[in-house]
Amino acid sequence: MTITETERIKVLVAKLGLDGHDRGAKVVARALRDAGFEVIYTGIRQTPEQVVEAAIQEDVDVIGVSILSGAHMTLMKRLMELLREYGADDIPVFLGGTIPVPDIEPIKRMGVREVFLPGTSLREIVEMIRQAGLERRKRRGW
Amino acid sequence: MDYSRLIEKALKGDRLATGRLLSIVERDPRGASMVLESLPEREGYHVIGVTGIAGSGKSTLLSRLLTHYADKGYRCAVVAIDPSSAYSRGALLGDRIRMQMHATNPNIFIRSVSTRGLKGGLSFAGVAMIDVFGRLGYDKVFIESIGVGQADVDIMRIADTIVVVTVPGLGDDIQALKAGVMEIGDIYVINKVDKDREGANKTMEYLLFAIEAGELGHRGWRPRIVKTSAVLDEGIDELIDAIEEHYRFILGTGRYGSGRERRREILVRLLAEKMLIDALESIEIETGKDLYEGALELLRRVTARYVDTTGGGEA
Repeated sequence: MTITETERIKVLVAKLGLDGHDRGAKVVARALRDAGFEVIYTGIRQTPEQVVEAAIQEDVDVIGVSILSGAHMTLMKRLMELLREYGADDIPVFLGGTIPVPDIEPIKRMGVREVFLPGTSLREIVEMIRQAGLERRKRRGW
Repeated sequence: MDYSRLIEKALKGDRLATGRLLSIVERDPRGASMVLESLPEREGYHVIGVTGIAGSGKSTLLSRLLTHYADKGYRCAVVAIDPSSAYSRGALLGDRIRMQMHATNPNIFIRSVSTRGLKGGLSFAGVAMIDVFGRLGYDKVFIESIGVGQADVDIMRIADTIVVVTVPGLGDDIQALKAGVMEIGDIYVINKVDKDREGANKTMEYLLFAIEAGELGHRGWRPRIVKTSAVLDEGIDELIDAIEEHYRFILGTGRYGSGRERRREILVRLLAEKMLIDALESIEIETGKDLYEGALELLRRVTARYVDTTGGGEA
């Protein structure tokens, strides 16, 4: 197919856990749409199970998670475990939100590709997600 | 690529495999045909279109239908169609939000599809996925779309049963809407009755009048009207009764196959359209020409090739 078709990367944007602060997730979702991505937004207060199910039903190329509740260690650990259980751990995962700096390395060790802290530019987020999405497609032979 | 393993797994209900199979369908019409052909034919699955004016509560209503149908043991699939942005060709697919509660229900599978810039709102993938779900063993396949004008009429025509969702208080306004989605319903739902019971009666009267006057309904089916409150979970069983009554009606009158026929026909038309648009887009990328100039360029190339291959070197 054409370049535009293969580049139409699908991203799941999810609010994981109990906080309802979705401004950041929505801003990122819109930026991704404006950059030509197909964005599936799950809404707030999602469990790791719901996020993984949505990701495999939609067969997204990238998962972007937003957490501002402070429960990121527990939630991300569970999310990454579930992805492995489902055999969907080839989907790159990004995390954004209020994450204390000391937590970043442990989260990355769980398999999370990158952690975006407040102040990260949209351009940077869009570019990293595009790269990750394209890489995954390449691995699948698309 | 060998799809047989994915197909085998998807037929057993594996959701990861199903999701990936749908991507093959979505990605490339040839892949879609191949997947469809590899799946065993199956009779009896019921394609239900849900449409209606913006803000009528379609997604919430559909979510309720899923709960009730899944409770009765039906396997349900949803193809949620959302428009792509005309500017970036990207899409923000938000229909899932109101249905995410079903994400972990093993009897429900939801897939969002963007229109991918296609005029008319119908994407090849959206149409093909319906029959893929049907052949994978889903009993009720819902197709949900934005209720706007002719585009939506096209989308809904591929369903066996069309549910049009409206709200209380619409009276004369229905006259104006009638030319579009309002005239294609097999079942009319007046949703949000909890907000305005009196207004619901008014909408009911107008719909009844239109039905009595023969303006709504077609080919021997008298449209049903159901009042619901999706938020309060009111009237959903009545709606399901009406949907099932229509299903028995199309089975009884031998009309069941016609939805599938229309889908097949539309797939061919969309395939042609998609091939053309893909060709134009690659020219746009390659040469930086806009679609109009691209079309001219395409024509020029086609003619040149024609001359090349038939002109025997003279060209």
